[in-house]
Amino acid sequence: MSEIKLKINGEEVTAEPGTMLLDAARKAGAEIPTLCNLEGLEPFGACRLCVVELIRGGRSRIVASCLYPVEEGIDVLTESEKVVRYRRNILELLEARWPLIDKALLEKYKVNTGRMARRDNFCIMCGICVRHCSERRKLNVLGFVGRGIERQVVSYTMRAKEFCPECFDKELSCLKFCPTGVIVNDCATRCPASRDEEAFAKPIRVRDDDNAIAVKKSLGDL
Amino acid sequence: MSEIEKLLNPSDFEAFQKKIVEGRDPNRTAVAVCSGPGCLAYASGKVFDRFKVELLESGLAEEVTLAQTGCHGFCERGPSVVILPDEICYLRVSPDDVKEIIETTLRGGGIVERLLYKGEDGLPVQKESDIPFYKHQQKVVFGDNKRIDPRSIDDYIARGGYTALVKAITTMSPETVIAEVKESGLRGRGGGGFPAGAKWEATAKPPADTRYVIVNADEGDPGAYMDRGILEGNPHSVIEGLMIGGYAIGANEGYIYVRQEYPLAIDNVLYALEVLREIGLLGENILGTGFNFDIIVHKGAGAFVSGESSALMSAIEGRVGEPRPKYIRTSISGLRGKPSCLNNVETWANVPLIINKGADWFKSIGTEGSKGTKIFSLVGNVKNTGLVEVPMGMTLRQIIFDIGGGIRDDKEFKAVQTGGPSGGVIPEDMLDLHVDYDELYAAGSMMGSGGMIVMDKDTCMVNVAKYFLEFLSDESCGKCVPCRDGIDQLLEVLQRLTSGNALEEDLELIEDISLMMKECALCGLGQSAPNPVLSSIKYFKDEYIAHIAEKRCPGGVCKALIAYTIDKEKCIGCGKCMKVCPVAAITGEKKSPHKINNALCVKCDSCYQECPAKVQAVTKIRQADVITAFATSEEAANE
Repeated sequence: MSEIKLKINGEEVTAEPGTMLLDAARKAGAEIPTLCNLEGLEPFGACRLCVVELIRGGRSRIVASCLYPVEEGIDVLTESEKVVRYRRNILELLEARWPLIDKALLEKYKVNTGRMARRDNFCIMCGICVRHCSERRKLNVLGFVGRGIERQVVSYTMRAKEFCPECFDKELSCLKFCPTGVIVNDCATRCPASRDEEAFAKPIRVRDDDNAIAVKKSLGDL
Repeated sequence: MSEIEKLLNPSDFEAFQKKIVEGRDPNRTAVAVCSGPGCLAYASGKVFDRFKVELLESGLAEEVTLAQTGCHGFCERGPSVVILPDEICYLRVSPDDVKEIIETTLRGGGIVERLLYKGEDGLPVQKESDIPFYKHQQKVVFGDNKRIDPRSIDDYIARGGYTALVKAITTMSPETVIAEVKESGLRGRGGGGFPAGAKWEATAKPPADTRYVIVNADEGDPGAYMDRGILEGNPHSVIEGLMIGGYAIGANEGYIYVRQEYPLAIDNVLYALEVLREIGLLGENILGTGFNFDIIVHKGAGAFVSGESSALMSAIEGRVGEPRPKYIRTSISGLRGKPSCLNNVETWANVPLIINKGADWFKSIGTEGSKGTKIFSLVGNVKNTGLVEVPMGMTLRQIIFDIGGGIRDDKEFKAVQTGGPSGGVIPEDMLDLHVDYDELYAAGSMMGSGGMIVMDKDTCMVNVAKYFLEFLSDESCGKCVPCRDGIDQLLEVLQRLTSGNALEEDLELIEDISLMMKECALCGLGQSAPNPVLSSIKYFKDEYIAHIAEKRCPGGVCKALIAYTIDKEKCIGCGKCMKVCPVAAITGEKKSPHKINNALCVKCDSCYQECPAKVQAVTKIRQADVITAFATSEEAANE
């Protein structure tokens, strides 16, 4: 198939049809932050940090670059004034939920913290654990329940009992991919399946890196 | 139903139709008891039952047709009973009135005057179409409701039903059907107003072995029930439209996605489908034309976001009803990855009319950019609530004042909210705006599916915005950050505003979050969620400022900011307020001014409502002024 020509930040690039803007832009050297995107998993479009400005025929719109395939003749701006402003607002929302967020990112986008109401919850609903479990491991132990702000990740008890032990190897564990570091631990400790199976404590300790311990301390868990 | 033989070809249908029409006397007396959601709540079911019994007893049962029909529209004065063919309209009919109606009107040919509509001038109006509420309407889609028993296909066919389908599948090619719909300018009645013809064309175009046509009957806007009215009252019109769409697009399967909360609509549709299969208008090789089509009813589990096209299709597939994040139109890859055409109930119901009467007829109604009529559910602080159908281009003022009869209790008008939770508010100086997709959009609101909530001066616009956001925060699926956390934080700010704790900067915060949500949220729900807030800030910024700077709620609604007091000059000491006060906060001797103890007052508003309109001694003041107000009244008492 013929290559598609488009412009990224003013520079002409070519990409194979079906390539997502995110990958094309990163290849062209653009820095685009993401949270819910993980190579090898289907794009999810939930964190919206990867938004870019797309100009076609003089009309501009904001799209999530992880899900938008390259198109002939479009102009993509990855750091336009609008994009930067929106990313700042999204980071601001995320920070209110997830104090562990990468401080360098907050600095880069000059995020004004403290305006939002605190919602310390630690899980950012990126769905990586859920998708990892269903797409890669094909185990379907994890899923979402609830709507809106009450949405949360839960494990299905019966399946967890049966299949979670399969993942204890840390290379395969969903915990390994959780970008927040804490939430899956939390999830696993709440998991009914872990109550009587000592093995469940294992990956939790593995993930207790400095960051997570610091947060847990601040929460009074340790 | 007349005895059924399967209709095998178009001439069978013609004969079938002829038989029904000839068997009917247009002058036969018929009693149409409205069984729309409003009237049913007013016990119209009992009225119908009484008619049934009394007609048998009076021996008129053979001469009079009695039907339980769909919504007539005038819900405010239900239960409504219309006597045909003279269209005598009786309102607020109770079961005890039935005997009198039978004796006076059906047997005697007279009128029961006390049940007629009485206008402002006190004069009774006999004919339904002369009542101001109906007079200014143009009932094209909704008009047949009172003449059709939703359970009778004969009634629908007698009114010309299924002739459009037969016309389309026997004399028109799929392309001409699409061209006709495109030419008519019909736009989607569900919200966005996307041109229906273009959508059909886009669905018919991509190569595919299977295509689907779908009815979106997941109507969920607070206060809106237009689609319910159509589906319950005239299910065949929607089914016929869907079948024509299926033929035009090349689909052999149609879905009706209807919310579980509409049991009567589901029953009526399922019944209609059964009858259609029996007579061969649904199934394989319809009327021998080679057109195969069947319809499946899918009951929604009660999520507002399932009204979004990709979420709705997910739900039909048996997955969670969440919007799909991909940038690909459902007309190219929709249900089960096949091209799918989704239109809402009212859009489909318009299709048979366009095919029968032609695109030119349809185009003759409406404005440049918006053709045809639109059904609105007119609710809120308006005198005549109900379902109204008006030509596009009518002004809001005409709808609210001519049809709606103006504001309840003759209060001052403040704003009208259109477009449901994704829409916005429109202030008084824009009342001459025409109902038209583009004009409403330009005003910061939208047509939506047709909700129209009228608000009087005692409404707090901040509180209204908060109400819609609360609704949306329950209904957001929670997948993307802008919608899930954005709504949550916006709500937090509005909470601060209504409790008097907001700061000047909060307006900027609202703007920051809202603008980001509008462009960054994953689906239409999140993108339009800030609309109620943005539009109320746009037109009622002074109210927001009053909440922040003066800690005052101009509408007198936000409890944290208001207090009640009694004007001692005006109070006549009638004691009414004292009696209704649930916490005994009001004291006073008979015939001398009363007092409210604000320390006890729970702000239930009862005294305010109870104080006679002529007196109006109970007034709302700022909570912040309570101490001074008290001091003065104490002083006054000591004098």
